[in-house]
Formats: sequence, C-alpha cells, structure tokens
Amino acid sequence: MKPISTGSEWTFDLIERYDAAIREIAHGEFHLDTYPVQLEIITAEQMMDAYSSVGMPVNYQHWSFGKHFVQTEKGYKRGQMGLAYEIVINSNPCIAYLMEENTMTMQALVIAHAAYGHNSFFKGNYLFRTWTDASAIIDYLVFAKQYISRCEERYGIDAVEELLDSCHALMNYGVDRYKRPQKLSLAEEQARQVERENYLQLQVNDLWRTIPRREKDGASQAAPRFPPEPQENILYFIEKSAPLLEPWQREIVRIVRKVAQYFYPQRQTQVMNEGWATFWHYTLMNRLYDKEMLTDGAMMEFLQSHTNVVYQPPVTARWYNGINPYALGFAMYQDIKRICEAPTDEDREWFPDIAGTPWRPVLEFAMKNFKDESFISQYLSPKLIRDFRFFAIRDDDHDDKLEVSAIHDEQGYQMIRSKLSEQYNLGSREPNIQVWSVNVRGDRSLTLRHTRHNRKPLDEASAQEVLKHVARLWGFGVKLESVDSDGTVQQRFDCHPEAAQASL
Amino acid sequence: MSNIIDRRLNGKNKSAVNRERFLRRFKAQIKEAVGKAIKGRSITDIDSGESVSIPVKDISEPTFHHGRGGRSDQVHPGNEEFIRGDRINRPQGGGAGGGGGKASNEGEGEDDFAFQLSREEFMNVFFEDLALPNLIKTQLMGIEEMKSVRAGYTNDGTPANISIVRSLRGALARRVAMAAPTLRQLREAEEDLDTLLESDADNGPEVRERRKRIHALRDKINRIPFIDPYDLRYNNRVKQPKPTSQAVMFCIMDVSGSMDESKKDMAKRFFILLYLFLQRNYEKIEVVFIRHHTSAVEVSEQDFFHSRESGGTVVSSALNLMHDIVQKRYANRDWNIYAAQASDGDNWDSDSANCGRIMQESLLPWCQYFAYIEITQGEPQNLWYEYLKVAEHYKHFAMQKIGSPADIYPVFRELFKRQPATR
Repeated sequence: MKPISTGSEWTFDLIERYDAAIREIAHGEFHLDTYPVQLEIITAEQMMDAYSSVGMPVNYQHWSFGKHFVQTEKGYKRGQMGLAYEIVINSNPCIAYLMEENTMTMQALVIAHAAYGHNSFFKGNYLFRTWTDASAIIDYLVFAKQYISRCEERYGIDAVEELLDSCHALMNYGVDRYKRPQKLSLAEEQARQVERENYLQLQVNDLWRTIPRREKDGASQAAPRFPPEPQENILYFIEKSAPLLEPWQREIVRIVRKVAQYFYPQRQTQVMNEGWATFWHYTLMNRLYDKEMLTDGAMMEFLQSHTNVVYQPPVTARWYNGINPYALGFAMYQDIKRICEAPTDEDREWFPDIAGTPWRPVLEFAMKNFKDESFISQYLSPKLIRDFRFFAIRDDDHDDKLEVSAIHDEQGYQMIRSKLSEQYNLGSREPNIQVWSVNVRGDRSLTLRHTRHNRKPLDEASAQEVLKHVARLWGFGVKLESVDSDGTVQQRFDCHPEAAQASL
Repeated sequence: MSNIIDRRLNGKNKSAVNRERFLRRFKAQIKEAVGKAIKGRSITDIDSGESVSIPVKDISEPTFHHGRGGRSDQVHPGNEEFIRGDRINRPQGGGAGGGGGKASNEGEGEDDFAFQLSREEFMNVFFEDLALPNLIKTQLMGIEEMKSVRAGYTNDGTPANISIVRSLRGALARRVAMAAPTLRQLREAEEDLDTLLESDADNGPEVRERRKRIHALRDKINRIPFIDPYDLRYNNRVKQPKPTSQAVMFCIMDVSGSMDESKKDMAKRFFILLYLFLQRNYEKIEVVFIRHHTSAVEVSEQDFFHSRESGGTVVSSALNLMHDIVQKRYANRDWNIYAAQASDGDNWDSDSANCGRIMQESLLPWCQYFAYIEITQGEPQNLWYEYLKVAEHYKHFAMQKIGSPADIYPVFRELFKRQPATR
C-alpha cells in the first residue's frame, strides 16, 4: 500500500481518506462499536470557546464560563499551555473537534483517539449507557439555554445568576448515584416542563400546609420525620421540596442537576476512558503503519506525542502532579492484552479467567462493565505495580509521621490495588453529605449531615460558603453536622438565609 | 461514512457573552482597577487595554471538600527507596500525599486572578462615570473617520451602483466583437448570392441554399444578447481616511494649596476626555502642560499631576504664559489650538478682570476651543463671573462647575456637536 500522505499539511480530502482507513481497521479488524462520527474543523479561538463551556457546543450563559474562558485565553496567549488536541462530545452522532493548527499526523491521531476510541467507550460503557442519553443531550442543552435566557429576560440577569451560582456550588450533590434516570426526548421534556411547574408547586404547598392537625389519641405524637429517609441528591431534594422557590427557579435547579448527571459518568471513568482512547489510537495508528499507510516520519511524530501523553513522572519529580490517567489507563489495557496473549505463571495465578484467552472480548468486557474504581480493583496486575513502582503512604493525624504502608512486593500488591481503587472512588473522594431532616413544625430549617470517612473533617471555610448557597435555595436556616462513625457530631455549621443573602 | 464539517467560519466569539457576564459580575473590582490605572497613566497613553487583577477568593466557586485531618492513604508512582513500614516526616507546608490538585493551589501568582481588559472594555468602564451620550462614545472609540471616494469601476457590486454608461459601452463592444466573424461570413454569403443571381444559369437550388445560409447567419447575429451580466460595471468607491491635521492641547491647572488629590484626579479625567476627542480628529497632537499658582511654568506631565505647591493664585500668569507659547511655537495656521483649564475658582481679586481681558484679546481668537472647569463645592468666585461675561460673546468658550465626574461632559457638549475642524 502507498502511504496516504507524505507532507504534514492536512486537507479535507486527506482527512476523509485517513478517517476511512482508520474506520476500516477499527470496524473491520477490531469490531469497535461506535456512534456515527462527525468531525468538525475548528480554529484555536473556537477551541477556547469550547473549553469554557465545558466542551459542549451549546450551553447556557454564566459568568463562571467567562472566567474559564479568560483563564484559558490568558494561558494560551502567553504560551503557558497548549490547547488540548481534541474535544469529543458524548452525543449521537459523536462530535469530535479537530484544530486547524494541527498537522495531518496529529489529525489522524485525534481521529483515532476521539472519534473511534472515546466514541466506542461512550457507546459501550455501562455508566454512559445508563446515565446519559447521547441522542438527546444537544437538544436538551438547547432547551436549557433558551429557558434560562427567557428567565433572564423575565426575572433579570441578577436573579438568575444568583440562582445558578447556588446550584453550581451544589452541582456535585445533584446526581443520583444509585437510581436510574428515565430518558426523555426534547418534545416530551418541553411538554412536561409546563405541567411540572404547576404540579410541583401544588405539592410543595401541600407539604407546608398549616391547617392544624387534630391530635390523635391525645398522646403527644413525635413530629413525622421529613424526609423519611436521608436524601443523597441535595439538588433534587431542593427542587422538589424547597418551600419558597418559584416554579422557574425549580426548573433551573433541575437543569443544573441534569447537566451534572450527564457529566457524572465522565468523572467516574477518567482512567478507563482516557486509557481506552489512548490504547486505541496506539493500536490503530500502529496498524496503519503496518499496512504501510503511514510514512516513517509520520510514525515518529505520532510516537513522540504518544510518549508525551503516556508519560508518568515519578513522585520525586518537581512536576509530579498525581497519577496520569492516560498513563495508567493505557498501561492497564495493554497489560490486559498481554495477560491474554502471553501470560506468565503469576498472571495465571492472579487472572485465571482471562489468561490465555482471546484478548479482544476480554478488553471489550473490561471496558463495558466497570468504572475506574472497580476496573482497578479487578485488573491492576502485580507486574504493573512493579512497573509503576507504586507505593502507598498512610497519613494519619493521630500519628506524628507518615508511614509507608505498602510497596511493590508480594505482601503489598493486594493493598496497593485496593488503596488505588479507593483513590478513584468518588464516594470517598468527595465528602458524603446528605439531606438529614427538615424541621417541619418549627423554624423550617434544613439539616444536612456529613458522615465522616476515616475521620476526615470538612474544610471549614468552603463548607460555610456553600452553606450560604444552600440557605439561599432553601429560603430558611440551614444546618450542617459532621458526624463521626460512632455518631457523635464533630463539626457544626449554621447559616441563616438573611446572613446568606447579605454576604453572597 | 463520517461527516466532516468545516466550522472555522462559524463565529469564534461564542464566549464573548460569558466574558461580558464575567466582567459584569466583577464590575466593582474592575472599576477600581481602571480608576487606579487612570491615575497612574499618562494622558496620552489612556487609549489601551489594562491588566486587571481580582483576589482569587472573590471569584472562587465554593464546593464541599475535605479539610486536613483524619486518615488517608495515597498511592504514588516512582518509589525509589522506601520499604514497607518506613516512617517519614511530614513535609513542611503542604499535607503529604495531599494529592497533586491541591498542592498546586499554593503556587505563587495564585493570590490574584489577573487578566487583560481589552482597549474597548477599558474605555467602556472609563466612560461609564462620565455620562457620555452613546453617540459620543462611539465617536471617541471609533477608528479614524473615513470618507468614501470614487475609484473607477469594478465587475461586481450592488445594483444601486451600476454605471449605466459604462455597462452599455461594454455591451456594445462585446456585441461588435462577437458579431464580427459572423458579419464577415454574412457579407461573403451575400456577395456569393449576388454573383449567383447575376449569372443567368438556372441554379435555383443553390440560390435557395445561399438564402437559407444568410438567414441562419442573421439569426445568429440576432441571438447575441443586447446586454449580458458580464457587461455590468459598477461604480467603485473606496474608503480613504479623512485628511487630518495637527493640534495642540494646553492643559492649564491651578496647583495652589487648595487643589487636593481628588480635585486633581477630576481634572485629569477632564483633560483625558479632551485628549481623546482630539486624538480622534487629529493625526498629531502635542500636549502642553502649564501649572500655576502665583506664577506659571510649563512642566512635564509627571510634575503637572503629582507635585503640589502652596500659596496664592494668579490665574492670569498662566494665560499669559499660554499666550507666549502660542506666539512662539504655534502661531502659524497649521495648528489647531485647544485649551482646557481646571481650577478651584480661587483667584487674586483684582486679577480676574485681567484674565477676562487676556482671554478675549489674545487667546480666544487663536483657539478652536477653550474649556474651563471649576472644581468646587462652594459658591463661585469672581473669576467665574468674569468668565461668564466671556462666554456670552464666544461660542467656543465653555465653562462648567464640577462636583462629580458626570458633570464633565456638558463642558464638551458644544465641542462634540461640531464637525471636527479640518483646516
């Protein structure tokens, strides 16, 4: 075969031919299942625009996006940072951006990485399948943008901005971690939105109805607990039960919640997702080269940027900044492939199920059915732990020194695996805060409860700030208790809505 | 088949709205920064962007996160020397194993969120206090004025610009050119026919055939369109910058003891505005700074705004100095002379009459415009009344009492209304 191109300049024709060649390998040889692909060529400025609206082609307007834009622009103009090569959107068709500045080789890399790697992950992974609806997200954001700008016209930019600020502060607490969402189309969503407004208001009013109840049996009855069970989704609870919110405000809370829910799987599958895309761009580009469709020069260029992407600086390096998800993810998929194809005795002992079986179905299974946490605890092999020279450090405030609790040796493998897996558990990375109770009969105050994990306290300054936002949404006083594992309250925060209003 | 779409021509400023929202939210801080910048900057340098910084805590978006304490395990790569059970001192400053993300927040340069205001944004904030009408703002911010002049003809344009004579002339030429070969053939065919007819032989079929050919050739000529889109010519107009000339601006300020910092700041805004106006209309501007108390001197901008003197006030000294400078350096008619005078109204009593006289006799005839502001909260004093008399006679003399920056604009109302002088 002749190389597709020899120079570094790209043209539309070349992009089309590379895309066709990559697709043929991805679909034909490796049976990757993807959404249809839409490649969009954009300029660096447009890339910065896309950055600042969290990668989405449309989004509602808010100053925080402007802040991100200003930040990115500053960094880029001073040359402190390059722009990412790619942004890919979990939508159907899957939209991948190609930046016009890139060389042809880089465009091919991005096509392989984003349009086939990420794309198949979006389509295959169970979290994305359950939590996001690729075909509806763009439409939903269009709806959200229009709705919010209508609210701005009607109620003023400031009112909407305040509300969004408060919602954003709680965005990480606006997701259902266990319950499955329903899928809705745009039309249904719009139709239901009006209906919902009226209905919700009714419900809330019902909750706070002040008609005195007749005492039953004369006995002093304990106030009914509300909510009956603690609620993990704070924004959902506010949307449904905050007494003073107007219907439009509830709808905006809902929009923020939906957007948070959409991005939730991405936050849980960073290593898997990036690793998968990196694995595939590596595999696909190598196939292209094997088929002699890439020149030696292009291959060198590709390998150079690939090596940069998967470089893991050691902890002693000055630029060490935690574990590089690209490096870890890529290494893990490569390692699974290795275990399938050329298992050692150690692998047979650790991975009896997959050692020596065809690698493609195993990899597919691994991609589809895990998130970072479970992926690592399932597939991190002793060999990788040795290769990365992982070690675990325990930081305990009851101890005056740090302790190395495990290294890459026989006794340490299991421990490192479980600690690393825990490190990717969003549930333990973020404080576990839930709606605990509402004082229905008294001052209507809302109590949130933080359940401590490993005695980790809440950061006081930020907790106090966020609480003001909660109070603004709730409309009455808000309390937050941080509770130890034995049930004693260790930290208390308190916020009155007037105070919140004054200082926000 | 993948879809490939070229989005490069789509708007690139999608984030402009969000950026504007961002500026709007931090208006107070930005205004403060702009205020500081105006104080710090030279008048002639007012017209550029500005770097603004906002404390990070003001613009942070809070979320719940863990504080320091409790027990945590962190896994790191690149072990070189540790074995299990090693005990290490806590690193100073950051929590060990606190994760990369948090550590980077402690880097320097994070205290302030700094960013660049564009020139336009800067000017917007600057104009905000001054209560300028929108038209003036665009006039001040706009690029130099253009005038459109004729520049021949082009092949495309709007229908309104079609040049009929040119188009028809072109059409005629085209018709002639296109018909020429056919006409020649036609002529030949006609001659042919004539010879045939003149010869007496019976050659009916040939004659018919010739006639048919002549007919066809005529048809062909008729089919040449009278006018074709190709013939259209449009009047071409190009924009040319308006001829500009040079101006000199005199800044005259009282620096006696009673002019404090805030009054000087107000005066500076007043001078800036005049400068901006001149900058739009003249290519070359010189600025002369004259400060005075009992006597006047010409000084640099630095000294003008930042040194403070004490003592009494004799305004006429400054006017005399201005007159001298005008005579010496700007007396030929190439210069447009503008002057702005700021004072708190104090003057030595018997000097005011003098001022009125100098103004009327030796300054105003030379000046395009002379603006006077009195920055004071109190009652106007004799200089004010003297100037009122002057203002009655001269339209290009403006005066105003100023309490807040919003009062500055009315001084220039007349000036902005006029077409810029282009002598």
